[in-house]
Amino acid sequence: MSVADSGRKWSLTPRARQALNGYLFTSPWVIGFLIFVVGPMIGLIWLSFHRWDLIGDPRYVGWRNFERLLSDRLFRKSLEVTVIYGLGRVPLGIIVALGTALLLNNRRIKFIGIWRTIYYMPVVLPPVAISLVWMWIYNPRYGILNSTIQQLLGVPGPRWLDDPALVLPSLMIMAVWVAAGRNMIIYLSGLQGISDELYEASAIDGAGYWRQFWRITLPLLTPIIFFNLITGMIDTFKLFTQAYVMTEGGPRNQSLFFTYYLFQKGFEQYQMGYASAMAVVVFIIIMALTLLVFRWSKAWVFYEGELTGSN
Amino acid sequence: MAVHVALPNPKRKDDWREKVAAHLSVGAIYLVLLLGAVLIFFPFAWTISTSLKSEQQTLEYPPTWAPDPVQWENYPDALTARPFGRYYVNTAIITVLSVVGQVVSSAVVAYGFARFRFPGRGLMFLIVLSTLMIPFHMLIIPRFILFKYLGWLDTFAPLIIPNFFGGAFSIFLLRQYFLTIPLDLDEAAKMDGANAFQIFAQIILPLARPALGAVAVFEFVSTWNDFLGPLIYLSSDRNYTVSIGLAAFRNDYFTAWHLFMAASAVAMLAPLAVFFLAQKYFISGVALTGSGGSKG
Repeated sequence: MSVADSGRKWSLTPRARQALNGYLFTSPWVIGFLIFVVGPMIGLIWLSFHRWDLIGDPRYVGWRNFERLLSDRLFRKSLEVTVIYGLGRVPLGIIVALGTALLLNNRRIKFIGIWRTIYYMPVVLPPVAISLVWMWIYNPRYGILNSTIQQLLGVPGPRWLDDPALVLPSLMIMAVWVAAGRNMIIYLSGLQGISDELYEASAIDGAGYWRQFWRITLPLLTPIIFFNLITGMIDTFKLFTQAYVMTEGGPRNQSLFFTYYLFQKGFEQYQMGYASAMAVVVFIIIMALTLLVFRWSKAWVFYEGELTGSN
Repeated sequence: MAVHVALPNPKRKDDWREKVAAHLSVGAIYLVLLLGAVLIFFPFAWTISTSLKSEQQTLEYPPTWAPDPVQWENYPDALTARPFGRYYVNTAIITVLSVVGQVVSSAVVAYGFARFRFPGRGLMFLIVLSTLMIPFHMLIIPRFILFKYLGWLDTFAPLIIPNFFGGAFSIFLLRQYFLTIPLDLDEAAKMDGANAFQIFAQIILPLARPALGAVAVFEFVSTWNDFLGPLIYLSSDRNYTVSIGLAAFRNDYFTAWHLFMAASAVAMLAPLAVFFLAQKYFISGVALTGSGGSKG
């Protein structure tokens, strides 16, 4: 204490001390950012112009890695698979989560806490365990899904993960099972934040449920929908475990997700330079997509602050 | 104007009819909710059911739900087929240290952002936020090489150490929470001669329990369940985590579904236990990031 006191006397103005403290407390993040983000990013770009199998020295190859990318059929396939999956899974997830949240947001529904617990649960489970479980559920012959379909509908079920046309939808269903509950809770907390006055005022104007939904509920939820959209997009490009454990990219490369292909090139074939070039390109694509979605969001995302600001 | 008067007045409707309709719709909602719950439990039930079957029964067509005979020894069999005890301990070490590192460092950084003015603060915080949108999986290759040069491969270090430099999401969540703590408290402590660190440790941290808890449980789940990280950085069997042990186990046997399901069920136990014990922190975390209010 006395040391600190005397320190204050001989040195800094309050303002400088503020700044010093600010830099001091935020420095862990700055250091980590430089070591684990900026450094690797520079490394990534550097590597993308080299050829390296981890043994020996990296060799400079100019733009050759990028030229190779242009004619890499599997690279294009991996982008296609990832984008198709994202286009299906993200909206599906939003619809299921929002729908359930609207159902639960009813004052007459009892035991909200228990429902919330049940629906949240899957998202905390290890993806590897979930992948194994769903592989076994989807097993065309011994799985419980097809036997249930046979019993209920009297027709044999499809081949799910073994069917090139169904592998992505199967993975989407599983992903919705995992995350819809958690997202539902996010929507629910958003719904409960909407003030009753808005609904009362519009009810006086004669607005029915659907009119209220389109005019009040949905606009006020757009920030959460937007958040879901962005995180869903990033999660799609991160998807790896399911491809590694369940499908190994197949059948016929129909589930060759980008990160899985990156892993194969980098850590199974040790083409560090080429894999880095892939990552650079996809990095740019994702950043561009994110910017685009942000731009586009200005047209439809509604922030309550804007409303109160104009009042 | 006169048209409005002609519109039916909802209050004139018969009361009982409205009530019946309301009850019916509540009944329908319960039905949908119940159906959802059944769908959630369905994979769990199938896991447990299979984990108690004999291998022969798992390969019977059509499959049945009830294990006959009930084969409890699947659990010890599965857990000793590979050293899952060891994997559990490894995962626990990695997770506990990561959680501690993440919570402490993120709180320190968030405090810096929430309580001090300094040139570049706005820009720095913007960078923190933008890293939330960086797909970090794209950096696995240079990071791998970095850890290789540091001599950290096949140790827990690459999985733990980066957590000691704050995580963007945690910093964001904690900063938001710190901003809701009245500055008067800081001022009062300052009057009493407390320095910045003392204010942080004795005033801010105790008041921020719900937010710290949320950061801790989110970090727990994401580290415990991580797959790609351990897969890339750990190579010797004795360093495996539960997740990569489970994936390796499946490659050992390929069709021993009764054992895979037993091992999977056990792998789910720790995160489920944490979830049930610390539920309120999961929910408060959602509330903090979703709508800004807290329920802790």
